[in-house]
Amino acid sequence: MGAIRPKLQWLTGETVEAIVAEARRVLLEIGIYVENKTAADLLMDSGCARSADHRRILFTNGLIDKALAGAPSCIRLYSRDGEEAMVLEGDNIHFNPGSAALHVYDAQQNRIRDGLSSDLVPFVTLTDLLPHYAAQSTGIIPADVPEDLGDRYRLFAALQCSKKPVVTGTFRVDGFAVMKQMLLVIRGSEQALRDKPLAIFDCCPSPPLKWSDLTCQSLLDCADAGQPAELVSMPLTGATSPVTLCGALVQHCAESLSGVVIHQLRKPGAPIIYGGSPAFFDMRKGTTPMGAFETMMIDGAYAQIGKYLGLPTHAYMGLSDSKAVDYQAGFESSAGVVLAALSGINNISGPGMMEFESCQCLEKLVLDHEACGYAKRLVEGIIPRSAPLAFDVLTEGLQAGHFMSLPHTLQWFKKEGYFPDRVINREVKEQWELGGSKDALAAARDRVAVLLKPGIPSLLDESRRKALWDILLADARIHGAETLPELPM
Amino acid sequence: MSNFFGECREAVRKGDREAAEALARRALAENTDPLDTIESGYVPGLREAGRLWDEGELFLPELVMAAEAMKAAAAILQPALSASGRQQKTHGRVVIGTIEGDIHDIGKTLVATILSANGYETHDLGADVPVQRFVDEAESVGADFICISALLTTTMAGQKRVIDLLKQRSVRDKYRVLVGGAPCNEKWAAQIGADGYAGDAISAVKLAASLVA
Repeated sequence: MGAIRPKLQWLTGETVEAIVAEARRVLLEIGIYVENKTAADLLMDSGCARSADHRRILFTNGLIDKALAGAPSCIRLYSRDGEEAMVLEGDNIHFNPGSAALHVYDAQQNRIRDGLSSDLVPFVTLTDLLPHYAAQSTGIIPADVPEDLGDRYRLFAALQCSKKPVVTGTFRVDGFAVMKQMLLVIRGSEQALRDKPLAIFDCCPSPPLKWSDLTCQSLLDCADAGQPAELVSMPLTGATSPVTLCGALVQHCAESLSGVVIHQLRKPGAPIIYGGSPAFFDMRKGTTPMGAFETMMIDGAYAQIGKYLGLPTHAYMGLSDSKAVDYQAGFESSAGVVLAALSGINNISGPGMMEFESCQCLEKLVLDHEACGYAKRLVEGIIPRSAPLAFDVLTEGLQAGHFMSLPHTLQWFKKEGYFPDRVINREVKEQWELGGSKDALAAARDRVAVLLKPGIPSLLDESRRKALWDILLADARIHGAETLPELPM
Repeated sequence: MSNFFGECREAVRKGDREAAEALARRALAENTDPLDTIESGYVPGLREAGRLWDEGELFLPELVMAAEAMKAAAAILQPALSASGRQQKTHGRVVIGTIEGDIHDIGKTLVATILSANGYETHDLGADVPVQRFVDEAESVGADFICISALLTTTMAGQKRVIDLLKQRSVRDKYRVLVGGAPCNEKWAAQIGADGYAGDAISAVKLAASLVA
């Protein structure tokens, strides 16, 4: 007798093989447009050919096989203090907030506005405090910080106010070097950073079948620094990819495999994650709904393919397209979280996010956190706790007249169930009314205030904080900005 | 005649390219005025398709098919139209594209489609368009509007470079420059000296109309 981990399979083994085979054919016969010269040279020097019009690089099966054989199937991330924080492997699941929101839902004013530097510390602190989030994400793009410097400024906030590893990315080709300098302040040396990666960098191919200079450079930089690269292929069905789910999966697989090859050519064995951000394109509104179940089906299916290829996996799930913290936000986000968990996706980015991938919300971050808690319980499955399962306890319970105070109950009740935070209301009506008849958003608003009141529990020491700030400031001057807004605390 | 125009309208509304082209050839064969055929037949058909899309009745691929049917039919009529010395009435001439470094095409294509459905002559330069090409094309076609799309925070600075180049060539005042794309907003438009920002295709039409009014 044992427990099974409930698990979703989206494709038959035969379909997985067909998708991978066709993706290889795409790489061999259509090829990939690689804008980055270093990466293109690397590929050409390794036996690739040019397409007839010279625009695309045609891969070889040998290169693909070698890259897949060398890429690690397990990636560990470590906290700011050097403690193991995430193990991306098998069906392990880890949640972190959706990243790079341009907007913030201001629950005090009930409106969506631009993200600001003053949003960063509350967002980072909240993510740091909520235990079901294993990592930070550089979740908000501050509109009051010069455009070119936003990537590093966000990382500064995350490193200063949280111990958790960071899921991040670069906005400019020169971003990585500065961000790596910042990570080195935390770890102390290149080797220490390599041994204990602190950040994941998203690297996005451009659909269809293209690597831009910036994102490809990011792939190379990650390989050099030993920081995990996260492939974020984003086919949009019927818009930038074939409209069928399987067609989009072929394109996703081809783009991702090309990334694995470039990355592994640069540094064999460097950590790389099979991720993505596809969407089932809405043909009425011309939008990219992350809450569409078809989007989630593509996510779950490519993760299954990633596992088949032996790579750790990632997806953007747990997001909503709603512009309010409402029914739609709740059902789309929780469905995403649960389906991702059941698909065994290792790194799940999305909570807090609404308005497609454009808006972060502290209150939603708190509510989605509960969905993550439920989902983590869900994948533990139904575990036979004792033998016999119930016979002895029934006998005892009949004698006692109830089960409340039985040792068996005390031993198991906290392990059998997930007890959600108070933002999930399980009170009787009268009690709820006494508490002010609050809906989920109102309850979350209260919870955010309570959580943030004590200040920043994981504040970085002053000497390293200053070292990070000096890096940021020196870089800002290179970009012609004399000062940067101080991070509002 | 109204029946013939009705057929033209219907062909475009349905996105039936072959039918639209056949009707254009028939117009030529029967010496039907090319301008009337476009303005009373095809244009109302495309406008109707735009309206139906706005109401959620038509899907994007259907709208794009309608625009393509209209474009194909107009191409057949173009030589006769030029020969007649008459010109299609237009609300304005638009040069539109996604800025260099950015290959996101959809939002821009949608805006171009809806603009042409609403009587604007659009010149769609595609995606990843160099700064200079926006200016060169606008000069060459005598545009009224330059519409620049950027979907990435990394590429939106290119929108400003187009405006800078217009100023450098002392032609800034000849054009209304509109910007769009996820990371843009009104504040950004004001900051870089654009004439306006639109968040979606329908607001782009309203914005353009407000600027020509």
